[in-house]
Amino acid sequence: MSPARGNKYMTASPATRVLGVVAVAAALLMALLGLIVSPADVVQGQAVRMLYLHVPSIWIAYGAFVLTAVSSALFLIRSRRREDSGRHHDRLAGAAAEVGVVFAGITLVTGMLWGRVTWGTYWQWDARLTTTVLLFVTYLGYLALRRLPADPMIRGRRSAVMALISIINVPIVHFSVDWWRTLHQKASLSVGRRPEITGEMYWTLLYSTLAVTIVASWLIVHRYRVIRLEELRDEEALNALIASRLREDE
Amino acid sequence: MSTVVDFQKVVAVAGGFPVLAGLDIEITKGEIVHLRGSNGVGKTSFLRACAGLLQIQNGDATVLGFDLRDDRIAPRRYIGLLGHENHLYKDLWVREHLEFRAAAVGADQHDVEAALQRIGVSERLWAVPIERLSAGQRRRVAIASVLVGRPQLWLLDEPHAALDREGREVLDEILIDAASSGATVVLASHERDLSKSVTSRVVTLRGGRLWEDSGAA
Amino acid sequence: MLHEVLLIARKDLRVEWRSKVTLGQVAPMGLLVLVVFAFAFDANTRLLELGAGGLFWVAVLFGGTLLIQRAFEVETDDGNFDAFRMSTIRAPSLFLGKSLGIFIQVVLLELVLGPGIVLLYNVRIDDWLLLLAAALGGTLAFSVCGVLWGVMAAGTRVRATLLPLLLVPILAPVLLAGSRAFETAFGVRAEAGWTWASLMFVIAAVHAAVGMGTFGFLLEES
Repeated sequence: MSPARGNKYMTASPATRVLGVVAVAAALLMALLGLIVSPADVVQGQAVRMLYLHVPSIWIAYGAFVLTAVSSALFLIRSRRREDSGRHHDRLAGAAAEVGVVFAGITLVTGMLWGRVTWGTYWQWDARLTTTVLLFVTYLGYLALRRLPADPMIRGRRSAVMALISIINVPIVHFSVDWWRTLHQKASLSVGRRPEITGEMYWTLLYSTLAVTIVASWLIVHRYRVIRLEELRDEEALNALIASRLREDE
Repeated sequence: MSTVVDFQKVVAVAGGFPVLAGLDIEITKGEIVHLRGSNGVGKTSFLRACAGLLQIQNGDATVLGFDLRDDRIAPRRYIGLLGHENHLYKDLWVREHLEFRAAAVGADQHDVEAALQRIGVSERLWAVPIERLSAGQRRRVAIASVLVGRPQLWLLDEPHAALDREGREVLDEILIDAASSGATVVLASHERDLSKSVTSRVVTLRGGRLWEDSGAA
Repeated sequence: MLHEVLLIARKDLRVEWRSKVTLGQVAPMGLLVLVVFAFAFDANTRLLELGAGGLFWVAVLFGGTLLIQRAFEVETDDGNFDAFRMSTIRAPSLFLGKSLGIFIQVVLLELVLGPGIVLLYNVRIDDWLLLLAAALGGTLAFSVCGVLWGVMAAGTRVRATLLPLLLVPILAPVLLAGSRAFETAFGVRAEAGWTWASLMFVIAAVHAAVGMGTFGFLLEES
């Protein structure tokens, strides 16, 4: 592929190459800090290291879903003014949602493993895991909705509405589930999960969040590109069909 | 003579396929146009595009003075669409269904009875659930649903299907009456002997475009 | 606008009246679900009594989802969706009309399930006002959410399986709130049942507002 062609299909650019390298380096550093440099917890021991992946993942998932909602809103606004504009917002919404689902999934898996080690069970119906599960399934539904065959603008608008309602639903779910679990606080449940985060642990957590953000950004950019390529392919196929129909019986 | 439908090089896409691929056609008020062509050629798509149900990808399309690329919902109140299917609520009685359709377009109950009588659905059937009617009777009820709205533009897809000879004659009369009182009729049909009695113009589509036109205005 | 809303609702209810799907099929199924829960819980009367609030709402969820699917089936059958879109009735009225129709049908379902849990799970009702408020809030929320999400999943081949996937995460807070409010009304727990009930009204209001604003372009699928 010649450089010119590479530019047309936007599969690479200097900026994202740098981002990629930085992402790999950041992840390696995060592993180093999280697994080796930072101290074990007084109460939990080595298990506390799960924190460095579990907590940033859910924050990134939320960030991704907020990005989906904002892109969806922009898409709806843009597509009102002119029939076919704003597609890039729709693509970003889809890419961000996929990455968000992946990180929500990571949150769940790390949460369950962490629970197994600290509580002895995979699931304790605590507020965090329960809201994450609902979030996860909600956006799985969003991805399912996006896969329904339809004209891209129609599908985009439908998905955009869902994204906006889903993000409004997030605080509602939070409030209800949090309150529900608070009312049920029993001594055996509340203990053990939130360790004292000070000093090195604090900085490691902060850094991990940064590292995960960089990795997630790289993922979103490239998922966006893949979506764009898929759309280009469909568009070219359609144009070919139209052209061949126009040439019929001439 | 005003133009009711004006399509210029219209391209419309449905399900990833260009169902209309550069259609040019102009229809003026009072015409009864017979749309012909083999299966898959775009007749149904053209009707749906006129009804604003299909998105216009390229070209210019104006229906009843409304630009379909700006607002394809506005013309619907003046249009009566009858598709392949009947659009009937099969659990309802004939009369209940018509009353709903009439109320939904602002027509009154008097119009309901008039429409049913006109199309030849006998009164003893009015309190019968639609699902118990024969195919031909259902088609008549479907036609009555369009009739009751007194549309300015009739878009009919195989309206004669399932009708017996008497039903066809009644329908033809209704269409002629409608056209002479200022409405415009476009009907897609495989019927061969249709053209001679009812329509003023025969348009043949092929490959999503206009192929033959017996009498452009 | 009210006239149009009532027109749609009346039509839906008349279809229901003629076909007797709610009373004839969904309500008996709901009762069956209540019975089957007893099998699942090994007829442990204490557990059933404690869980009655939640089990009621789960049964409503199952039955209600069927009702919503049916409500949209009526509109997509026989090419009706095109007629629905061609109608001169404005989209917000269509939305509210369908929601009202569903609301009444779900209320009918609850009128069967309610006595069901009282009889089968030996429930006693301490706070009637809270119970009715919670039932009202939950049913309102269910109706508007169901219609809004129903139209998103309607008109597609896979809607039967897509609708529950979309609907349940959204209704999870309603299920949560409804169960807790009912339990408080049954005297099984002493919690702020009224806060839970209010939450359901808030959810209903939010979805109703979004529904009225977006139903119009959600109807266009092609």
